[in-house]
Amino acid sequence: MSQGDPLKNYRITEHPILEFKRGKKKTFTYNGELVEGYENESVLAALYAAGIRVFSKSKVLGNPRGAFCMIGKCSSCLMEVDGIPNVRICTIPVKDVKNVKSQSELANPPATSSFPGKRPANINVDVLIVGGGPAGLFAAIHAGKYGTNVLIIDDHYFLGGQLVKQTHKFFGSKDLFSGIRGFEIAKKLVNEIEQNSNVQAVTQTTVFGIYDGLTVGAYDHKNRRLLKIKAKQVIVATGASENYLVFENNDLPGVMGAGAAQTLMNVYGVKPGERALIVGAGNVGLIVAYQLMQAGVDVVAIVEAMPRIGGYFVHAAKLRRYGVPIYTSHTIKKAHGKNYVEGATIIAIDSRFNEIPGSEKYFEVDLICLAVGLNPYSQLLAQAGCRMAYIPELGGLVPLRNKYQETTVSGLLVAGDVSGIEEASTAMLEGGIAGITAIINIRGKKLKDAFMDREKMLAKLEEIRSGPVFERIRKGLEKVIVSG
Amino acid sequence: MADFLSTGIIDSQTLQKLNLVPSPERIRMGPVAIIECPQEIPCDACVAACPSHAISKTNINSLPRIDFDKCTGCSLCLLACPGLAIFVVDLSPTNGKAYVTVPYEFLPVPKRGDKVALLDRAGSEIGVGEVVKVVMSRDRTYAITLEVDYDKAMSVRAFKISSRR
Repeated sequence: MSQGDPLKNYRITEHPILEFKRGKKKTFTYNGELVEGYENESVLAALYAAGIRVFSKSKVLGNPRGAFCMIGKCSSCLMEVDGIPNVRICTIPVKDVKNVKSQSELANPPATSSFPGKRPANINVDVLIVGGGPAGLFAAIHAGKYGTNVLIIDDHYFLGGQLVKQTHKFFGSKDLFSGIRGFEIAKKLVNEIEQNSNVQAVTQTTVFGIYDGLTVGAYDHKNRRLLKIKAKQVIVATGASENYLVFENNDLPGVMGAGAAQTLMNVYGVKPGERALIVGAGNVGLIVAYQLMQAGVDVVAIVEAMPRIGGYFVHAAKLRRYGVPIYTSHTIKKAHGKNYVEGATIIAIDSRFNEIPGSEKYFEVDLICLAVGLNPYSQLLAQAGCRMAYIPELGGLVPLRNKYQETTVSGLLVAGDVSGIEEASTAMLEGGIAGITAIINIRGKKLKDAFMDREKMLAKLEEIRSGPVFERIRKGLEKVIVSG
Repeated sequence: MADFLSTGIIDSQTLQKLNLVPSPERIRMGPVAIIECPQEIPCDACVAACPSHAISKTNINSLPRIDFDKCTGCSLCLLACPGLAIFVVDLSPTNGKAYVTVPYEFLPVPKRGDKVALLDRAGSEIGVGEVVKVVMSRDRTYAITLEVDYDKAMSVRAFKISSRR
């Protein structure tokens, strides 16, 4: 069943930054065979550590497929878990499962009639926050500071969003945790939420629709029940998903999002490969390349289609001084391998992005990480009826909103990457602004401190965005921030 | 657009032009920080870390400035910098050697007395140095001080242990 070496230990035992708290050992079955994992691991991470590399087959040709995002945003790891089909095994913990089966064909509804469906639970809240990353957590903290009855929902089994896998220290300003490692920031923010009795957090729950009058539908995977939530204000902070890239054999297992590799190695302590090629020299590509090296993976090269490095100079410099080449004006031409990545060919491109024949280079790698941008995960907003606009500078389809983060749907606010791809500091500030605005909308205009707090965050946001690295983002924001 | 943004490698002359390097006289007086942060990015971790208030930024995006007379070369900024872009250089020894302190976040961690391969900003090996001091921060960044040949002090920016994972 294993595509990797079954005798090899893919779990990282020593790491320069991290200690992994995997919890107790626990076994489950995968296609009938026993697999040993740890309680706190995702099912996907446990299978990966057991050497599983193929997580599905293509529906027509039966080609092997790997897992791409590993954070519950794509459909590459859908499996049948304890009788329920189409479960994303990257967002459920080993401690919750008994039997996991791969799905070779399109899934059927559960065969038994004993599906433990329950009546939907009715919940009334003042502020509902969808998404527990930096934007959502900041929104919850600030809404909980000035208001009560705040609910934050996330589809993963822990809060923190993508902060939990950021082992590097953050840029930004001192009051927004500059100099502190991302996963430590996540701990601080989650801890603040836990201390605040005005905020309730619910995990393993997917919000699937926002309907008239801010009635929200959600599904609680753990308790297998529907939630019907009536909210006075809703803040959507669902983040982003990683972009794919077209090249030959891009569906071979071993090709994954750079963020997926980061999740595997930094959240679960599972080594994603031995030798890696990184596609894209933006901050994500550069940061993940360095973190792969910290996890003991050789990074053979980074390729970047643009003639210059897109990420911060300092991130590139710390790779270059360890001898990692960055090929600008290059792209990946092909992944090699039959059932799994065994190599990659890159090729130089001219100023019109045409391949330059004869410039190919081959690398023997077992991991290809795509760091070619993020896409706002904005489907909920579009479904809710927000006026949307496709803004390339912001990564894709984003909602129009005012500077207080209010969309065109009354009572529906937005914060973080889902409103345009930026970074964690600006996501936190947007979250804070949205959280306060939601409370002001409920409680009226008497909240002097809240207004002042919000003004401070607006000023900070403007200051951060005034720098040259935000030029493109500023252009994008001009198109979607409307007055009102 | 400056070339270092295309390559990820900056040279001492460019750093000098950007006023990021202390005078040779200052470096000969004893340890001093050099912030190799030539691009305006939103970050102020070094400003907050400096106990001597020697580092300033006019706004969150501007290039950091060090008052080299106030800087004591204590390495706290080096340990705090999210970009791992700060180094401490000391040309005060008179035995033809210099000290270069670099940030380090890999395994294994070298010990005092270890000989290591010296790397420049492009990752080329430019000689062998000796580890003379190992300091760990609370968040597991190390400041490793290397004794290097005097003329390599402005080139050495990393090192390699042969068995580095």
